[in-house]
Amino acid sequence: MIAVVDYGRGNLFSLGNALAHVGAEFEITSDPERVAEAHKVVLPGVGAYADCMDNLKRRGLAEPVCDAARRGVPLLGICVGCQILLDAGEEFGLTEGLGLVPGVVRRLPDPKPGDADAIRIPNVGWRPLEIIAQEPLFGGTEAGTMMYFVHSFAPVPAQPEDIAATISFNGTSAAVAIGRGNVHGVQFHPEKSGPAGLAILRRFVEHP
Amino acid sequence: MASIRLIARLDIKGPNVIKGVHLEGLRVVGAPGAIARGYYEQGIDEIVYMDVVASLYGRNGIFGIVSEAAKDIFVPLTVGGGIRTTDDIVGALHSGADKVAINTAAIHRPEFISEAAEVFGSQCIVLSVEAKRRAPGRWEALTDNGRETTGVDALEWVERGEKLGAGEILITSVDMEGTQQGFDAELLRAVHNRVSIPVIASGGAGSPAHVLAVAQDQTADAIACASIFHYKTSRIGDVKAGLAAAGIKVRQ
Repeated sequence: MIAVVDYGRGNLFSLGNALAHVGAEFEITSDPERVAEAHKVVLPGVGAYADCMDNLKRRGLAEPVCDAARRGVPLLGICVGCQILLDAGEEFGLTEGLGLVPGVVRRLPDPKPGDADAIRIPNVGWRPLEIIAQEPLFGGTEAGTMMYFVHSFAPVPAQPEDIAATISFNGTSAAVAIGRGNVHGVQFHPEKSGPAGLAILRRFVEHP
Repeated sequence: MASIRLIARLDIKGPNVIKGVHLEGLRVVGAPGAIARGYYEQGIDEIVYMDVVASLYGRNGIFGIVSEAAKDIFVPLTVGGGIRTTDDIVGALHSGADKVAINTAAIHRPEFISEAAEVFGSQCIVLSVEAKRRAPGRWEALTDNGRETTGVDALEWVERGEKLGAGEILITSVDMEGTQQGFDAELLRAVHNRVSIPVIASGGAGSPAHVLAVAQDQTADAIACASIFHYKTSRIGDVKAGLAAAGIKVRQ
């Protein structure tokens, strides 16, 4: 069973529809014990970093998620669910994250005046991926495939080898997919990225 | 050149997708489920549902339409028309919407924008502005799907909306809406210069060239079309091909 962690801060309806579409056996749950029993865990997240962490902890779900990750259970964080995998987030002051991937979460750089490729913040829309690590999520995803983003902050992993994909953003390269062993995160919304996004979810679901 | 998001706007009345001119004289286009699915299959980047009679709940309410769509349409869905309270937003999100577009309730009580952004995050809150040209370089914000005047200056309002925490501005030119005569380029430039958040251009698309003109002006981050897709004047792929041929990044 795949546990989709319900801590009141995810777009669970859309994610559930997408997981059902790719044939996943999943359960949307806020029960720490069900998370502990799951053989895979999906951690969604929408909204503010501190608010998400706060809710996850208050519902007693931070610990089972971290335990699962340490036991080698495949974990996929999405959007803010990806961001909280890192050590800390800088949105509205510094907030401690789950610390499963070394690094922090920083605000995206503002557009520079006169930049023809300028992207406004929040970064809302479809952006092409530069894929660095094919496995396990991006095997079969072509470079330049576009995914749907809605965010103002992005992960900055301390170790470059933890970066699985990036986008170019206002003159810099922003990490938008991370992976460290069994812990994975995507800043974009695979459940809202059409067939290409569903393929990412399918690979997570089918990956042993 | 940055990428452009192509949005299909579905104005909803009762069980139907409808389309008017200047937001009036509504004509039935068809069933929302089939239309939205067709657009998804043709590669639309986002769908905006706008309930023109603001009936969120009930059998024919827009939430039911959205929750049906969300089962097999995997692109962002935005819902507007009649969003008045945070409970309405919860209802929209639980139906499968990713964002809500707020117009009338925000004009009547601007703090609603900041309250909503605080609870759901700015990324979820789209300020919808229906702008009617009143003088050169001056537009008035209308409410109730273009039915009511407010005396509010549209440009001052979008600036205030950003400060209140809106994550995007959906700007509809009431003058061009439904005419298929092209966007109000001056309005879009004025709005885009006034705010630093993403702008969605709406009202007037009648050909791929109209869409291309906005993209080349770089006065919008997303472009909403209705009539040209509803009446099959152009297909989504044709519009995107026109953009790509001009060097604008679009999702294929």
